[in-house]
This record gives sequence, structure tokens and C-alpha cells, in this order.
Amino acid sequence: MPGAIHAEGLVKTFGDVRALDGVDLDVPEGTVLGLLGPNGAGKTTAVRVLTTLLRPDSGTAFVAGIDVLKKPDDVRRSIGLSGQFAAVDEYLTGRENLQMVGQLYQLTARDAKARAGVLLDRFNLGDAADRTAKTYSGGMRRRLDLAAALVVSPPVMFMDEPTTGLDPRNRQQLWDVIEDLVAGGTTLLLTTQYLEEADRLAHDICVIDHGKVIARGTSDQLKARTGGERVEVVVHRPDEIERARSVLTALGKGEVTVVQLSRKLTVPVSGGAKLLAEIIRDLDAQGVEIDDIALRRPTLDDVFLSLTGHAAEVHENGDEESARAQAERSTDARSKEDTR
Amino acid sequence: MSAIAKDAPALVPRPAGGITKSVRDSLVVAKRNLIRMTRIPEMVIFGLIQPIMFVVLFTYVFGGSISIGGSTDPQLYKEFLMAGIFAQTVTFATAGAGAGIADDMHKGLIDRFRSLPMARGAVLTGRTLADLVQTTLTLVVLAGVALIVGWRTHENLAKVICGFLLLLLLGYAFSWIGALIGLSVRTPEAATSGGLIWLFPLTFISNAFVPVTGMPTFLQHVAEWNPFSATVAGARELFGNTMPGVPKSVTGAWPMEHPILASVIWSVLIIVVFRTLAVRKYRSAAV
Ligand SMILES: Nc1ncnc2c1ncn2[C@@H]1O[C@H](COP(=O)(O)OP(=O)(O)OP(=O)(O)O)[C@@H](O)[C@H]1O
Ligand SMILES: [Mg+2]
Repeated sequence: MPGAIHAEGLVKTFGDVRALDGVDLDVPEGTVLGLLGPNGAGKTTAVRVLTTLLRPDSGTAFVAGIDVLKKPDDVRRSIGLSGQFAAVDEYLTGRENLQMVGQLYQLTARDAKARAGVLLDRFNLGDAADRTAKTYSGGMRRRLDLAAALVVSPPVMFMDEPTTGLDPRNRQQLWDVIEDLVAGGTTLLLTTQYLEEADRLAHDICVIDHGKVIARGTSDQLKARTGGERVEVVVHRPDEIERARSVLTALGKGEVTVVQLSRKLTVPVSGGAKLLAEIIRDLDAQGVEIDDIALRRPTLDDVFLSLTGHAAEVHENGDEESARAQAERSTDARSKEDTR
Repeated sequence: MSAIAKDAPALVPRPAGGITKSVRDSLVVAKRNLIRMTRIPEMVIFGLIQPIMFVVLFTYVFGGSISIGGSTDPQLYKEFLMAGIFAQTVTFATAGAGAGIADDMHKGLIDRFRSLPMARGAVLTGRTLADLVQTTLTLVVLAGVALIVGWRTHENLAKVICGFLLLLLLGYAFSWIGALIGLSVRTPEAATSGGLIWLFPLTFISNAFVPVTGMPTFLQHVAEWNPFSATVAGARELFGNTMPGVPKSVTGAWPMEHPILASVIWSVLIIVVFRTLAVRKYRSAAV
């Protein structure tokens, strides 16, 4: 059975730019899909196509089982959208903005008013509720926009970089709201640059670049593709690097990478915390003074860089420095870089 | 904490009457635009200054020099002029509607509206209705200024009010042209200038400020078929400001013989055509 969001072969071009180049998506009901990708990858374009704002050149899309191209009006009744840029009326107060949206979702004036009150409190806008949105900070506008997307509880929600510009506390609270929505059965497509966010919220992750899906899977699956754990050591003096390297070569299970400038050594390992203790002992025995040592599991950042770092090399070959930096961070993922 | 999802109102079933929904959504949007106007009173005030200047300048600068049916009596010109200035003023609603809609597009608000299950034309209808309210307000103030400088009507109140309604209908029609311009350009600034430039030839190649008698024959034809002229002539008739020495029509154009009817027909035609075009454009407004 196709998911609550289902798209096949979406193509959208703007002049020479292929913003979407054959994107397939499927988000099962009641789950969260995290759409990741570098700037210009096509995330916003995908959201705009799925929310009826943009007609694709080709491909098909269904949202809540309704054909987006054939019945956009019906789709609009089943979705909530918070776009990348806050769409609030700056000359209306926060409350007036939410009441208006509620009424346009066909709530009665009274229901719209009550709902606006609940949302303003929930998004910490209670104190600013009766000030015009013009006087809001960027994060406050963002929150107002998100509240507008949640005025009714549509079965399918789209959020384009919802937490960009939010402070940690408000980000945390939005995550709670999202988890709460999903627990209530809402299907969510979320784009984000914060991989921690995708890690925490998304059941499935889809990485796109240049309008194409280059990887998909759960957060764990993607991390597994990037390789296992590793140990990072920062030594105190440059002349200790060689001694540290021999210790790490002996205990690790792969090639040691060294960044001279920051005196940082990295080696893939298996054995976890026990091995870490062993490494510390051996370094100590060798008289190597360490500033920092950590056992790192791959993060989505590593996944992201290893997947899109390749693209950076190909397309920004003028910029060797950054390509090398990215290559360095993802040496152990290089070989696994297929695009299923 | 989990209040947000559980308390959310359920989606309201599709309302039966499409028209009721249209009207309701349009009023919601109109209310929004009217609230905005109260928050930016400068806009309304600047909207008033220009026509007031026109009234004063035309009355006192041109007043004694323009011959109305062979007489340069300033009082005659005042009475001749006012319907013209009123009509020109209502057409400026075009720029207001255009700039407002371009601004919404620019700020991404149109995306919010377009993703909502609201009636198709409501964003635009709401905008044009709000502009109609503003235009009405402007006309009231302007009529007051006109009375102060010496404009007088010579028909009963009902007819005078009909004259103003005729003017407002034209203004409403023109705000749909503005809506289409606003949807077609990229910035509010472009919408303002794009909404204004063509109004100058349109309002000057007409019977609004001078009788068409003195124009070259070609322009006389243009002027007498100009929808704008029909409204001016219609309003003059309803205000009792027609001048004995000025012929109804020079070229025999039908709209000049029946200006009130012609004005209504023109305005309705403009609304039908431009509303259709603007709503279609709005629906595909993907930038
Ligand atoms: N209206 C438009 N006209 C022309 N090009 C566009 C338009 N919208 C998007 N593009 C192009 O399409 C590509 C994808 O843009 P999109 O906004 O979908 O990227 P994104 O993944 O959302 O990026 P970001 O992370 O910066 O938000 C970009 O190259 C962009 O320049
Ligand atoms: Mg984007």
C-alpha cells in the first residue's frame, strides 16, 4: 500500500537547473521522513511540489491518497505546511495571524480564536500575542509560522527547515510538539540541516543532491554505511604525533589519519570503551601527553559529508582545500559510496 | 504537553455551499487587509494627498483658463472637473491592489494562502474589497474638499449617491486590473509603478479634465470610447454637472449617448475579464 506521501519520478526544471531530477519518495502513514541535502539540493522544490504550490514537469505524487496534480484542492484540505521562510503577515498580531489561518481552514470564528490561544501559549508567544508580528524576532516569527501550520491537525504535515533560527530551548519544544503529533498518527515530511534533528525525529532519512536521491534508509543504516566507531586523540605537542601514531596503529583496526595542524589522530576501532582505556594506558606508558581523547560513533554529519562530499569534489574542483578537508573526514566511507 | 495534537480541532467537512465559502473566505481576507490599513495609516493618508492636490491645483491653476462650452467661468470648470478627478482617484485603487498582492507574493504569504483549503478567488476578492473600502473613504474626504472649494451638485441626493456608486464600481473593476498586475510582476515597487503609468494616458485621453472638443479627431474617438470617459460622463449626469455648452458626444460614440449604462457595462466587463485572468494567474502563481 502506498504511503501517506508517495511520489514517483518527480522532475522540475528551472531553466537549466534540474531542481528535481527523478525523485521517488514514500512515507508510510504515521512516520517521519527526514529530507536531507546540501543547499540547492532540491528539498524546498520537493516540498512545494507535494504541497500543490508548484507543478512538476513530470512525475506523479499522492498525498493522503489524493493525486496532487489532479485534485490539488482536496490535497490542501489534508495538509499543513510550514515553509522555509516564515509566511506571516507582519502587520497583524500573532493572534490575528492564527485566527485568520484558522478561519481559512474553515473553522468557525470562535474555534479559530480558541485554537489561536492554545497555540500561542504552546509556542511561548503568549506575551507577544497581541503585538504585530513586525516586532517579533526571527525565531518568534518562525514559531508563529509553525503554529499556523498546526492550526488544525491535518493528517499530513510538511515542514521545511522548521528549527532554523530557533534557540535550543524552543527547538527542543518544537521537537516535543512534533513527537506528540506523530504519536497522534500524523505523517510528517521534514527537511533539515540539523542532522541531530533528523536523527532524533525521522524514522527514515532520504539524502538528495542535485535533485536526485543519493541515499535512503534509517539513521542506523546510513551510519553503518559510513563505517564503525573510531577513536580521536589530540596530543599536546607536535613531536608526540609519531609515538601516538604507533600506539594507535597497534590497537586500532585500520589506517590512522593525522591532521598535523590540530595534532589530531583518528583511527577506526572495534572494542568500545574497554579499548579506549587500553589506548590511554599505552599512550601514557609512551609518555604521550594528551589534550583530548574520545570514542566517536559515526554521526549523520559524517554520513552527510561522506555522501555529498563526493559531489563537492566533482563540482567545486576549483576549491581543492574544502574537497580535501571533506575527503579527510570521510576517508573510511569513500569506498562504500554507492547510490543504491 | 501533549495538548497540541489532541486538542486540535478536527478538519471541518467540506462546506456544501461553494458560494458561502467564497464569500466567507473573501471577507476573512478583506478583514485582514483592512486591519493592515489601520496599522499603516500613512498609506491611506498618502492616498488622500494626491487627489486633494489635484482638486486644489486644477481648480485654481486651470480654473480660469479652460473654456467650458465657450465660457471660462471658474465655477463652471469646478463643476465640470470634479467628476473627472473623482474618477481618476478611484482608478488609483489599481496601484494599491497591485502593490498589496505583489507584497504578499514577495513575502511568501501567497504560498501560505495557496496551501490552505480556501476558496480560489478569495485572496484576490478580499484584497479588492478592502481596496473598495479604502476608495470609498478617499472619495468621501475628497467630496468634502470639493465642496469646500466650491463644487456643487444639482440633482437630488439619491442621484448623487448613484453617481458615487458608479465611480466606486469603476474603482472596483480597476482593482482587478491591479490584482493581475500585482501577480505578474516580482516586486511591490514594480506593481506600484506598473499600476500607475498606464493610468495617465487612460485618464487624460478622456473627457475628465477638458472637453474632448479640442482634441484631434483620432483622439476624440479614443476618448469617447474610453471606459473611463463613460464613467466620468455618467457621474456628471448624476451629479447634475453636465454643461449646457458641451455636447454629449462629438463623434456620436454610443457610450457617450448613454454614459450611465455604458459605464456599468464597461465596469462589469472589466471585472469579469480581469477577475477570470487574475484568478487563473493566482492559481498557477508558482514562482
Ligand atoms: N523559482 C526558481 N527559479 C529558478 N531556480 C529555482 C527556483 N526555485 C529553486 N530554484 C533552483 O532549484 C534548485 C533547488 O532549489 P531548492 O530551493 O529546492 O533547494 P534546497 O534544497 O531547498 O536548498 P536550501 O537548503 O538552500 O534551502 C536550486 O539550484 C535553485 O537555485
Ligand atoms: Mg530550501
